[in-house]
Amino acid sequence: MIKEKIMSILAEELGVELDEIKTNSNIQEDLGADSLAVVEVIMAFEDEFDIKIPEEDTEKLTTVKDIVEYVESKIE
Amino acid sequence: MNKSKIIATGKYSPELAVSNFDLEKVIDTNDEWIYSRTGIKERRISQNESTLDLTYKASLDAIKKNNIDLSTIDLIIVATTTPDYFIPSTASLLQSRLGLNDSHVTCFDISAACTGLIYGIQIADKFIASGSVRKALVVGAEIFSKVLDWEDRGTCVLFGDGAGAVILEQSDKGILADYTNSSGDDNLSLTLPAVSLGSPFSLKELDCHSNNYLKMNGSEIFKFAAYAIKDSIDHILVKSNLTIEDIKYIVPHQANQRIIAKVSKDMKIPLEKFYMNLEYYGNTSAASIGMALDDLYGEDNLIEGDKILLIGFGGGLTWGSILFEY
Repeated sequence: MIKEKIMSILAEELGVELDEIKTNSNIQEDLGADSLAVVEVIMAFEDEFDIKIPEEDTEKLTTVKDIVEYVESKIE
Repeated sequence: MNKSKIIATGKYSPELAVSNFDLEKVIDTNDEWIYSRTGIKERRISQNESTLDLTYKASLDAIKKNNIDLSTIDLIIVATTTPDYFIPSTASLLQSRLGLNDSHVTCFDISAACTGLIYGIQIADKFIASGSVRKALVVGAEIFSKVLDWEDRGTCVLFGDGAGAVILEQSDKGILADYTNSSGDDNLSLTLPAVSLGSPFSLKELDCHSNNYLKMNGSEIFKFAAYAIKDSIDHILVKSNLTIEDIKYIVPHQANQRIIAKVSKDMKIPLEKFYMNLEYYGNTSAASIGMALDDLYGEDNLIEGDKILLIGFGGGLTWGSILFEY
């Protein structure tokens, strides 16, 4: 559920097709996010899941898998 | 007559336009990178003009275009973080340059970074509403090119030099609502150091100008900016009992096109409602809102009663908005 939500946010924010997004996709290298787009998707996750993602954590979130695990750990 | 109205706008920017391609020759960057992340194509850079020069020329533009009687100005506020001097204030120097030394004028500078013009208009509006002054000249002016680290490609490509002026006077309508806020930036995500300690009695060696550059944490400021614009819109609409559809134009601080696109998308406000000119000027800090407003006025498509919302956000952290009727 969280994973699907994250993927749909990535698709919307980055303007990519949902089926292009895989668990191991790198959001910058594979999905074409530039540095500001990374901030934009982080902001969208913060709003959607009502969490705060500090900058030091943002740097570690490079793949879809990283993000899913991080968000799950935050809302548990 | 206890309100104030913006009766004139003016702007000035240095003649030298520095394009992204020009920057490619100076630092390791490129047009595509800059334009896609900021919406900026070029910025104006001062070669030999001072902050006072820019301030004066923007003021003169506002005065001349609108046939303002100089002698009736009794308040001058300059919003700047890049003055020529700490003493005297830019406003005092401007008074002199305008030939108003024999007039009764209150003059001071304010420091609210990119929100400076919003704070300045708010202060002027209160002075006028209280009856203390009749006519106020408020100028946002910056020469950021002198405080940029020209080896830091993350910041030096973003900013430009310029000045924007507005003149307010007593009226029975005009400014409808104001909102300002601040949140002390203890993470120091946007800083420009001042003179450091260096007396014969201080514990550190004198190093007043080592590393005296603007520093910015771009991603933190991006998040803040998007929040600040939304917060400013929400508060001003509640205060004025209006909806976003009632607003003809939003003139935001011209920091980055991507910030505006994000807010437009999140709040479902058409992008065309945001008036932008940063493509040609970059981020001119306290000058940007006045410069953009003057360009908007210059397009001649406003009619009396149109509601315009100015929004500032920046270092401090500070943010806020002014809603007025054209």
